[in-house]
Amino acid sequence: MIAASPLIAFQNVARVYGMGEAEVRALAGVDFQINAGEFVAIMGPSGSGKSTSMNIIGCLDQPTSGAYLFAGADVSTLDRDQRALLRRNYLGFVFQGFNLLARTTALENVELPLIYRGLPRAERRDAAQNALAKVGLAGRENHVPSELSGGQQQRVAIARALVGNPQVLLADEPTGNLDTNRSHEIMELLVRLNQDENITIALVTHENDMAAYASRNIIFEDGKIAYDGPTRLDVKREAAAHVR
Amino acid sequence: MFVETVWLAFRTILRNKLRSFLTVLGIVIGIASVIALVTIGQGSSAQVSANIASLGTNMLIVRPGRPGNGPGPRDNAANFRIRDAEILADLPLIESASPSVSRGQTIIFGNRNSTTQITGTDGNYLAANGWQLESGRIFSKGEEVAGSATCIIGETVRRELFDQASPLGQTIRIKRISCAVIGLLKAKGAGTFGNDQDDLVLMPIKAVQRRLTGNVDVQTIFTRLTPDATTETATKEIQTILRERRRIAVGQEDDFNVTDLKAFTSALSGITGVLTGLLTSIAGISLLVGGIGIMNIMLVSVTERTREIGIRLAIGATARQVLAQFLIEAVVLSLIGGLIGVALGLTLAAVASSFMAIPFAPDMRVIALAFVFSALVGIVFGFFPARKAARLDPIEALRYQ
Repeated sequence: MIAASPLIAFQNVARVYGMGEAEVRALAGVDFQINAGEFVAIMGPSGSGKSTSMNIIGCLDQPTSGAYLFAGADVSTLDRDQRALLRRNYLGFVFQGFNLLARTTALENVELPLIYRGLPRAERRDAAQNALAKVGLAGRENHVPSELSGGQQQRVAIARALVGNPQVLLADEPTGNLDTNRSHEIMELLVRLNQDENITIALVTHENDMAAYASRNIIFEDGKIAYDGPTRLDVKREAAAHVR
Repeated sequence: MFVETVWLAFRTILRNKLRSFLTVLGIVIGIASVIALVTIGQGSSAQVSANIASLGTNMLIVRPGRPGNGPGPRDNAANFRIRDAEILADLPLIESASPSVSRGQTIIFGNRNSTTQITGTDGNYLAANGWQLESGRIFSKGEEVAGSATCIIGETVRRELFDQASPLGQTIRIKRISCAVIGLLKAKGAGTFGNDQDDLVLMPIKAVQRRLTGNVDVQTIFTRLTPDATTETATKEIQTILRERRRIAVGQEDDFNVTDLKAFTSALSGITGVLTGLLTSIAGISLLVGGIGIMNIMLVSVTERTREIGIRLAIGATARQVLAQFLIEAVVLSLIGGLIGVALGLTLAAVASSFMAIPFAPDMRVIALAFVFSALVGIVFGFFPARKAARLDPIEALRYQ
């Protein structure tokens, strides 16, 4: 990884769904960069293009035009499997709905990405245990998702995203299904991971008090960036009011 | 990675035991029926071969009654006499001709009794019918001529009357006759129709005629052919001489028949083979249906697990890894089905064989083939659902509720 170049760079990225009359421009030529070690909150109303950006960053989707560079490499030239390898080795995903495998223990859920890397069993086990300890779930290795609270399930999901030592953690509304207290705990965990482990975090949220944990906000509106800069004071103030 | 995927497939299958079981039921039934039918079929054809061997050398059976009636009730054609057998025995193509007459009778030894078939005949009967002596001797010429009360018994009769003791030199009672046991036949086991061939007592024909049937009729003549005789030429010879003796006019039908039991048995084995083949192909169709069942459930499973597939793709599974996962799952499922099917089929075949009194002859090649086939069913019918899973769009899959 070349430190000088940004980790994530969007160059005039457009994403168009559908054709002709039904054409929807989810992203209309967007430019931004995220450097290694940043904690960025991507915000905006639904349909503004924040989820589309997130999918493109996560290599789950590809731009219709423009270029997405990950660590200097143009992702749009990669095929499906190469993008899968990129996700496997450099990205970690956390979703709103936790997306853990049911009837599968926490440890096995966390081990999953390492199985695809072909790591031997013992190494996987150690790495998964470490990751669970990092998110404060040591001792819950053998619980299945239905035996865990929502907050705990999201921690397992974060451990699963972390276990492969990714460059970037992509969190899509990670607190959307959690109550306020649980949400703040998860955000504090993300901040800690960003600071202690120096993991770049891209967070999609529409809640100001969650975005306030990030150091930088990118706000989308109608497929364009309406604001890109340090976390705004009004966001912080609202967050502070929430914390009471 | 492969081992992991197989392990994962096992876990997924075990997680949903009832559904997995219902899924493989088609394969289980298909494989079980193929295995059972083929095993029973092979057992019965082994039995038929043994029967053909037990029929002895080239032999023709001559009975009164129009041809084409086969074994069973016959029209009222006149019975033979011992003289007919003697004349047949003098024919150049015929080595020996044993007259015989049979009658069901209760026999007694001490306080035990048994109902069996008493056959009056001569010493050549044994060789003609493929019997061998376990111990003792056959009738002497003198005993045959005099019709003395001597008998040779089958293994079943020995077991019923004597248990472990040697029957030789003992005297059994048949009606009013006291009969000395002079020989014991080697066991033959069950016959073509599952009948017990060893349940018999042989006596000189004159003794049976005089003391049991009370007439001089001969029901059947067993003729043994010379080595260079064919059944066709020998049959011709027998027909010519018997038509003459029975004064049958030219153009009139025979009132006796000459049966080649070997041909009959081979024909029977042919029928058995055709039946086995037919039933096996029907069982093969049920395998096909089983395969479609697997495809169906795998498709449902792919739809149900769309989110899971999305997660796997998001965390870095390649399309090939997802394909492999579902394909291996289908193959493991159908192999489990095959395993249960083989076990069930062999059990069925073993039970059926013991009921039908045929040898239980499991064939390793057939079992191996069944496994290969069930794996093949898994691959063929698992491929389409697996490809569907591998081609899912991760974003759509993750959004799927």
